[in-house]
Amino acid sequence: MPKEPFEDRSSRSIPSGSAFEPKIVAFFCNWCTYTAADLAGTSRMHYAPNVRIIRVMCSGRIDPQFVLKAFHEGADGVLIGGCHPGDCHYQEGNYKALRRYKLLKRLLAQLGVEEGRLRLEWIAASEGDKVKRVIDEMTEEIRRLGPFRPSEAEPVEKQAVLAGQPREAR
Amino acid sequence: MMAEAKPKVAFYWCASCGGCEEAVVDLAEDLLKVVEAVELAFWPVALDFKREDVERLPDGSLAAAFINGAIRLSEHEEMAHLLRRKAQLVIAYGSCAHLGGVPGLANLHDRGSIFQYVYRDAPSVANPEGVFPQERFPAEEGELELPAFWDTVKALDQVVEVDYYVPGCPPTPKVTRAAIEALFGEGELPPKGTVLGAGTRALCHECPLNETKPDKLLLEGFKRVHEVIPEPNKCLLAQGLICLGPATREGCGALCISANMPCTGCFGPLDRVRDYGGKALSEIASILNSNDEGEIERALEKVADPVGTFYRYSLPRSFLGRRIRRGDRP
Repeated sequence: MPKEPFEDRSSRSIPSGSAFEPKIVAFFCNWCTYTAADLAGTSRMHYAPNVRIIRVMCSGRIDPQFVLKAFHEGADGVLIGGCHPGDCHYQEGNYKALRRYKLLKRLLAQLGVEEGRLRLEWIAASEGDKVKRVIDEMTEEIRRLGPFRPSEAEPVEKQAVLAGQPREAR
Repeated sequence: MMAEAKPKVAFYWCASCGGCEEAVVDLAEDLLKVVEAVELAFWPVALDFKREDVERLPDGSLAAAFINGAIRLSEHEEMAHLLRRKAQLVIAYGSCAHLGGVPGLANLHDRGSIFQYVYRDAPSVANPEGVFPQERFPAEEGELELPAFWDTVKALDQVVEVDYYVPGCPPTPKVTRAAIEALFGEGELPPKGTVLGAGTRALCHECPLNETKPDKLLLEGFKRVHEVIPEPNKCLLAQGLICLGPATREGCGALCISANMPCTGCFGPLDRVRDYGGKALSEIASILNSNDEGEIERALEKVADPVGTFYRYSLPRSFLGRRIRRGDRP
């Protein structure tokens, strides 16, 4: 996909009056969901520009570390897209993704991360409209939830540096 | 001519259980060789030196400072900075200094909720006057100052620059000996950031039960340790116990597994893994032999406490580091 037109669309579709724009990192599998996103693009569908798509060969390639790192580096939500059950190009990569996703969701819940910030969707190559629907829905959901890190909570690394200074009692 | 001065070494503990200090004593007779090779300039658990003694030393005059324990209090952080200034090499010794350790699980809470539970809500507490720890207290002899309790527990390298790590909860005598040899032996110093004394492969490689691990491991479900008496001499993971050996650095000699307990990951991640818990979670989830969503959920319920299972020793050093706080100030 060409880069500049994509940037242009993003500035046009930001709704006025809302300061917070969610950043969503999306890991899409090469064979189904990424192809569907491509289809959505060539079909001139408009979807929320808040998503940054990363193509991976298979949803089974997605290490839970990728998701955690995305949050660590400022993502407000993470979307995983893979082939429908039974359709995986590598036979069962998407099932592996499903199992990791289920356990990762529970880990994230314990760490205070809201349900809606991580989403897994099966999207076939022909379902460009589903790409649009899921991205739009998720963007709205995360707009409601607000930023991943509230501004007063420092990221861990930064806090470590600050901690040497005396801190007022909370 | 004076004999060549022995390198000066400091040992210090921050938020730790004392197990790492015990591990040094566990060197047994080899401790005498250590004392022969180095001069102990500071070791509060065993020798009567004070902080002032360290402050008086010229900067960089210690060859090495071994620091164990996590950073929980302002005092820990001050001591870490002081020892960093005085020592040429700072070594994070043991899981807590390396990755945050068991005390790091307190990052599921914060100062306020910890104080409320420990000094007010815990069933064994009687505190009718509502006394909570203070950083300053006016005593008859003058104002007393106590260390501040941070909201977030940190690993040593989140506070000061760390040169080397010695893994383990606690590091075994073999690992400690190998680390001391790497630092004070004949050869060149290893590259900065190296995890000393342990290998670079997964624990399975040195596990005596590895031969019985099937090539393709698929499980119908998991079992918790109190639910089964494991068969001896058979891979614990293959028996459905959550053994984190495949995600954990080798070096301990599979001590827990030899006692029929699965690996809980105290040696931490392999070199190319940044977030131990993410990798260990991936290991366990991937080997579940089910494609059915409901069945997967039911099987994974056996992982009763995902954070406590996968981040038992490494929550502060993970990508998220702590429980995300929201609505602290409504």
